[in-house]
Amino acid sequence: MNKIVSLFCGIIFGIGLVISEMINPAKVLGFLNLFDAWDPSLAFVMIGALIVSTPLFHLFKNKDKPLFNSNFSISANKEIDKKLIIGSVFFGAGWGLAGLCPGPAISSIALLNTSSAIFVISMFIGFYIASKTK
Amino acid sequence: MNIINFTPISALTGGLLIGLSVALFFILNGRMIGISGIASNFLISKEKRIENLFFLVGLILGPTIYTFFLGQEIQITISNSLFLLIGGGALVGFGTRLSSGCTSGHGISGISRFSLRSIIATITFMIVGILTVSITNIL
Repeated sequence: MNKIVSLFCGIIFGIGLVISEMINPAKVLGFLNLFDAWDPSLAFVMIGALIVSTPLFHLFKNKDKPLFNSNFSISANKEIDKKLIIGSVFFGAGWGLAGLCPGPAISSIALLNTSSAIFVISMFIGFYIASKTK
Repeated sequence: MNIINFTPISALTGGLLIGLSVALFFILNGRMIGISGIASNFLISKEKRIENLFFLVGLILGPTIYTFFLGQEIQITISNSLFLLIGGGALVGFGTRLSSGCTSGHGISGISRFSLRSIIATITFMIVGILTVSITNIL
């Protein structure tokens, strides 16, 4: 059942990326172009997501267990350290260079776009290197 | 600053779906979605590998299903500079794993849980993203 939920949630997430146009790097770069010609749309993607996920998370977090699993697994990491900041700086730089973050990058493979594929391969190499240096 | 191409309704609608996906994954499977975590765990860890794979497959099926049912082509504009794509991809991959989260993991899931760590990460990558775009525009 977990796998079917996973597939279903992936599909909904992917459709959300398409409708919000977050899948389009030009749209993302327009959002980050705050000091010139700014497209505020992506702030609304975040607001839309948070107004659904925040109340539902807090409504269910104190239940004994999720519907199809034996326990909830939530990150216990509360440390604000160098890794968090440096990692976020690297991520922000890459996001600003190409206009893609992990979700839209993977989703855009569906469009059979060579640029997206190159980005995703490079991103996976980045995942791998990070896993070896941790 | 001028405001251009503003599409609040579609952005909000897409956002609601993304939030629904995050909420359902938590309520049903007990996990908070972070795409960089799901994708990198699929690559490096045997734990829940199939569950992670199914999510990634769903993520790719999303646009396909959208086009199939609505008959609308999805248009994107993306750089074709190898330098930007390879450099950007590597920075995103390495950076999101170093900080354990991306736009979804910190920006949505983490902020939903009121995690200070995620709020700081989100502010940091937003500021650096804005600076990167502003600097590239000048160059």
